[in-house]
Amino acid sequence: MAYSDKVRGVYQTTLKGIQDAGLFKQERFICSQQAADIEVEFPAGSPHKRVINMCANNYLGLSSHPEVIKAAHEGLDTRGYGMSSVRFICGTQDIHRELEEKITKFLGTEATILFPSCMDANAGVFEAVLTKDDVMIADRLVHASLIDGIRLCSAAQDTFKHANMEHLEEKLQLHADKRVKMVITDGVFSMDGDTAPLDEMVALCEKYDAMLLVDESHASGFIGKTGRGTHEKCGVVGKIDIITTTFGKALGGASGGCVSGRRELVEMCRQRARPYLFSNTIAPVVVSGVLKVLEILSRSTERRDKLERNTTYWRKGLSEAGFVLKEGDTPIVPVMLFNAKLSQDFSRDLYEEGVYAMGFFFPVVPQGQARIRTQVSAGHEIFHLDKALEAFIKVGKKHNILGKAKQEIIEMVGA
Amino acid sequence: MDDMKQVILTYVKNEYLDDDEEQIDFNTPLISGGIVDSFSMVSLKRFLENKYKISIPDDKATPEAFDSVNKICTLVQSFLN
Repeated sequence: MAYSDKVRGVYQTTLKGIQDAGLFKQERFICSQQAADIEVEFPAGSPHKRVINMCANNYLGLSSHPEVIKAAHEGLDTRGYGMSSVRFICGTQDIHRELEEKITKFLGTEATILFPSCMDANAGVFEAVLTKDDVMIADRLVHASLIDGIRLCSAAQDTFKHANMEHLEEKLQLHADKRVKMVITDGVFSMDGDTAPLDEMVALCEKYDAMLLVDESHASGFIGKTGRGTHEKCGVVGKIDIITTTFGKALGGASGGCVSGRRELVEMCRQRARPYLFSNTIAPVVVSGVLKVLEILSRSTERRDKLERNTTYWRKGLSEAGFVLKEGDTPIVPVMLFNAKLSQDFSRDLYEEGVYAMGFFFPVVPQGQARIRTQVSAGHEIFHLDKALEAFIKVGKKHNILGKAKQEIIEMVGA
Repeated sequence: MDDMKQVILTYVKNEYLDDDEEQIDFNTPLISGGIVDSFSMVSLKRFLENKYKISIPDDKATPEAFDSVNKICTLVQSFLN
């Protein structure tokens, strides 16, 4: 055994440092299905508490939909539990092929390859399609999984200011001599809830002969008129070279992800992407559930329409109550508090009032931009949102921030 | 040297700061201070190479060597000499 007291001490000191910095994460245990209202055990060992869930990525309310659960049961019965193999040995079933074809159609791309998660898709895609002669130019606020994928790739790395098209154009000019240029962005940014200007980005990429990769994890299923994603909202379906997305959020919320896009790029992933080559793909039970989700979404836009109405209602309610919000029109609605401690106190008080919403602060968001990130779902009914608003207003009054502008809040509590 | 410092400081401000009110000087820690992330160093390196007609090998373009305008100037000077 080499785990000596000295080695143990190294990790105990590190963990204490995380705790002292107020960054120690604690899980809350949910003792019910994922839904708009859930039963939670928090702190560990406490009696279960029924709370309204305002922090799930369950945008379409499909995580526990009866049809999805039934389809998953059927998948389990007909295709079994596990594959015990990677895809290219004996780990591919007909339903994996079917899901790839259906996702291709749904996103309006040329081809699709499944990954165990979108984190894996983002970790594997860059090194599969780029070399040291190429450059990756990423928005400065892209998701951590894209950053990890970029780090694993030998191509040169550069960034542009968040959603700043002039800066992106400068970078495309700066790297004009590279063999392949790839511009990288989120479709919807997970912390701010704003949307990338994909129409402008496509135009710039066409002008400078660059490829465009968009992570649609917080968009697939509900952004755009029929929920295809940010590319539908921006009118550029068919013009995004690579879309990565997840089935772990709106599309059933279980797990799994994919790379969808130009045929050759998807084939390169099939030949070279390491998370695809060296791990099992999505389990049959989950594949069956996602297939049902796509069928539900193809039948009608009812769920994304309801989500849109709920989002408008929630934003209006918070805004009229006097909270400072990040502007936008997606179901990610950040309530700005600016101060890290206030964000944690606010989240704790909301929980006392029966609302589950998390506070985020540096380094997850920039210094001085602490917030409660709320996420609306089609699973919410108006009475859920009204009750949550009531709790927000009560806690807002307690902390004396209602009707106060950013500067006033910062002067009161510090940034 | 002073002129070079000013040119690099102006570039860093334009390239990396979003907020005009944020103040930095020649000694402000850029990388360890979280102003320039390691991804974004490539454009700074390219800017220096183009502006001063030098070539900085990757093993010299370290986060430590790029951590302030003063340190960057010292690095550039070593290649100009």
